[in-house]
Amino acid sequence: MVDQALLSLAKFLPEITLAITFCLALLVGVIFRSRPRLSMWVALLGVVVSIALTIREMGITESVFSGMIAVDPFATFFKLIVGSSAIFIFLFSLYSAEVLSTMKRLVEYSSLLVAMTLGMYLMVGATNLLMMVLSIELTGLSSYVLAGYTKEASDSSEASLKYIIYGALSTGLMLYGISILFGLTGGAMDIYAINRALVTSPVNPIALLVASLLIIAGLGYKISAVPFHFWTPDVYEGAPITITAFLSVASKAAGFAMLIRFFKIAFIDSSAVGLPAGIWITLQGFEWNKIIAILSVLTMTLGNLVAVWQNNLKRLLAYSSIAHAGYMLMGLAILSDKGIAAVLIYFVVYMFMNLGAFYVVMLVSNKTGSEDIDSYKGLGFRSPFIGVSMVIFFISLAGLPPTAGFIGKLFIFASLLDAKWIWLAVVGAINSVISLYYYVRVVRNMFLRDPDENSGPLKFSVPEIVLLLLLVVPTLLFGLYYSPIVDFANASARMLGVH
Amino acid sequence: MEFVGIGVLSWITFLPIIGMILILFIPKENQKAMKWTAVAATFLQLVLAVMIYFHFNKGSLGINTQEGMQFVEKMSWIDIRGVPWFGRIHVDYFLGIDGLSVPMVILTALISFIAVFASWKIPKALKGYMAMLLLLDTGMMGVFVSLDFFLFYVFWEVMLLPMYFLIGIWGGPRREYAAIKFFLYTLLGSVLILLAMIALYFSVTVPDGATGERMYTFNMLAMMNPANFQPGTLLAGVGTYWRHLAYIALFIGFAIKVPIFPFHTWLPDAHVEAPTAISVILAGVLLKMGTYGLLRISYPMFPELANYYSWALALVAVINIIYGALCAMAQQDFKKLIAYSSISHMGIVLLGMAALNTQGMIGAVFQMFNHGTITAMLFLIVGVIYDRAHTRDIDAFGGLAITMPKYTGIMTVAFFAALGLPGLSGFLSEAFSFLGAFQTHRVLTIVATLGIVLTAAYMLWTLQRVFLGQPNEKWASLPDINGRELFTLVPLAVIVLVLGICPSLLLDLMTSSLNHLVEVVRAGAVL
Repeated sequence: MVDQALLSLAKFLPEITLAITFCLALLVGVIFRSRPRLSMWVALLGVVVSIALTIREMGITESVFSGMIAVDPFATFFKLIVGSSAIFIFLFSLYSAEVLSTMKRLVEYSSLLVAMTLGMYLMVGATNLLMMVLSIELTGLSSYVLAGYTKEASDSSEASLKYIIYGALSTGLMLYGISILFGLTGGAMDIYAINRALVTSPVNPIALLVASLLIIAGLGYKISAVPFHFWTPDVYEGAPITITAFLSVASKAAGFAMLIRFFKIAFIDSSAVGLPAGIWITLQGFEWNKIIAILSVLTMTLGNLVAVWQNNLKRLLAYSSIAHAGYMLMGLAILSDKGIAAVLIYFVVYMFMNLGAFYVVMLVSNKTGSEDIDSYKGLGFRSPFIGVSMVIFFISLAGLPPTAGFIGKLFIFASLLDAKWIWLAVVGAINSVISLYYYVRVVRNMFLRDPDENSGPLKFSVPEIVLLLLLVVPTLLFGLYYSPIVDFANASARMLGVH
Repeated sequence: MEFVGIGVLSWITFLPIIGMILILFIPKENQKAMKWTAVAATFLQLVLAVMIYFHFNKGSLGINTQEGMQFVEKMSWIDIRGVPWFGRIHVDYFLGIDGLSVPMVILTALISFIAVFASWKIPKALKGYMAMLLLLDTGMMGVFVSLDFFLFYVFWEVMLLPMYFLIGIWGGPRREYAAIKFFLYTLLGSVLILLAMIALYFSVTVPDGATGERMYTFNMLAMMNPANFQPGTLLAGVGTYWRHLAYIALFIGFAIKVPIFPFHTWLPDAHVEAPTAISVILAGVLLKMGTYGLLRISYPMFPELANYYSWALALVAVINIIYGALCAMAQQDFKKLIAYSSISHMGIVLLGMAALNTQGMIGAVFQMFNHGTITAMLFLIVGVIYDRAHTRDIDAFGGLAITMPKYTGIMTVAFFAALGLPGLSGFLSEAFSFLGAFQTHRVLTIVATLGIVLTAAYMLWTLQRVFLGQPNEKWASLPDINGRELFTLVPLAVIVLVLGICPSLLLDLMTSSLNHLVEVVRAGAVL
């Protein structure tokens, strides 16, 4: 037992690094009170090390801590997404007027970001119901505080409060669902054991449906799927931009990882024989993928339609991120490894373009103090480079070639058509047309409208521009040459199998 | 044909991009340098187009045979192997032209060159304007030379954004509305094309040259061979439900671009608001991409449905012809009139295509080229008068023939070419189209000929109101057309005249390919 735990520790190094970093960042903050930036650098370094250690784990497929956590390519992939987003967020924070204005709380900010990252690292690998709930809570608690980080601003506290209330409610629902499932399967906590129990002795389908709906409610809240999305716009608008960006990418990624892993392991008919490679089927009499499909249609349609009416750019991006969750849910509904691979491809792309869009919002808000669409008037002439970058991120979000966003959509649609889910593909395609409208509204303000008088050119420092390039270049490059991300995603679509 | 180891089609496609990059590095004040860089890029492109014209082998078939394609460049662009569940993903950088695309390549190079001169007096942000114009140029040229569906789609979409900006930033008073309308309409068409493209991709496999392993492909030529459709896939078989859906999706996608009634409403708005040079490109080249797509993709890949739906195509063609002409007749705005006349004239292209015989097909493609040159002239002519009088109200003018004689002379050529006067190029292509269509769709063709009368009516009526009659005092001092404007119009007028007398200069290039296209479509099963 002890031996096994020790062996497991060796596969747990990225998480251990983050845990140590969390403590160190706090400690450094206490010791060097006058230099709060130092703990941010410590945190950044810790995340970098954890990524390096994660890369070492590539290709490993193993279960650690007696079936609590899986270390497999799928988890590694999501750890890399979460970790890289965290690095970008730290770099953004170095230039965020909002974050730097409350210098003395920078220590908490940095350490909580690390804690949140740690929570997500655990979420993406959790294979035990208990571990799932614990990791969701760790992520949630850190993010509630971070959402209210600029507590002097009333909407920030409001955001934090809303986030907690919705978070508590959804975790409650999920726990209730888990307890039903626990009862149904005769006390199984491990998702593989749950699957075995469900396959060998069929249970009351209504009870199973209720349990899974409650669990979907909990996870749907994390990925902000409609109708569990109500917190998203307010929290995204109220939280500091850096945190909003992190929530919209990393938190969503972790939620998706957990959702996919849970449904793919627990609720498929693992006893089925003779299926083509990479295709799965649902449990007899419980076609949960239909629920996911309906959820995806609701999510993308509502996200896109409501985004059209938004005038605050953070809110607009919040609804746009809801819509993107809808596109990605389509990949899960088709029950194939192709669909999962498509979701993974989408996440790589989504990370660059969505972080990029938020970064531009942050840069502009640093200078103008506003996130209103009207303050973007003539931005393309006030700062051509920023304007053009934003256009690239937006057409990528809308899914037009030659940007990476197109590749993301292409593979989602490809996997849908391959599985003959034509109607869903058509809904997705029409949605991407709707989405173009609101993205272009911002582009229109930037380029088609003249700047207000007495607003001169905006100047940005060299590091700010370099950081922007780090996001623009991949967004364009992966649109023209996407072999690396497709290879990477395909290699990562492998999960720890049923044992 | 190669220069510095790079094929001529790559050069002709990417020269404008090189120009664009150069322009981005020119300081803001140096407007002259920007203009002349744009001129240089498009001029070199035109020179290459002329060289292609002279080196083009007139006898080769093209369409669905790679040996029949000319100036072929084929390189592996994306190759993802060893993926157990996606199959092997393979995209080629595959360029080539045949008799169907060569007139479009020449037209694109010509119109782009002229558009740069028509943009000489752009009042603001010249750098951005020229950059966008050249990017648009690359997109258009790319569409006509791509033989890989993925590549085709990328070029097809690359055009959207520059066009949006060109209308939206440099357009007229309602430019924002017109620009977004154009963008949304065409994107709607594009996503339908995208879905059809993916469905085709998952239905067609070809053996890998080296290993013989079967792999999915975006190669358009492979998609035209029914033997490559794997049994059991989405689009396998003949005339199945899914094939109908895919054909209709492609049709709507291309129809929006043409534009075919009832998807045409973006066109008048876009034309009225766009600056002159952009209207010229829009009418001269962009509209042709719709019909080109139908001929290059829909027809040879779904031959049985091309046959099956030919009557429907003829029907919308007639609606386009008559409806466009009637709308044109009702217009007060000079530019809107030309825009609706475009809809009417594109109807003739569609009618020729629907005929599914050699005469009709030649008429259609020849009409695509002629409409490009003639409508470009008409828009340039409107631009000239608008630059001087700042109004396009037809009734506000009168007797311009007295104040602007040279202008009236060149305008007459364009107007008569547009109404199909024998001896000018427009007549021949219309005659071929009607001749072809009469054999297959007799009644509809007879109805369509009504369009000729209507066209003559609105063209002559406009000519009368603007140029003849009592001179309007207000415009007595308008200067006549200047040298630069003449330079944009005269080459087009010469082409219209020469092709009217000696059409074989262009027809010889395309006849064998179009013959072959008709054979390919005719070989499709009858449903």
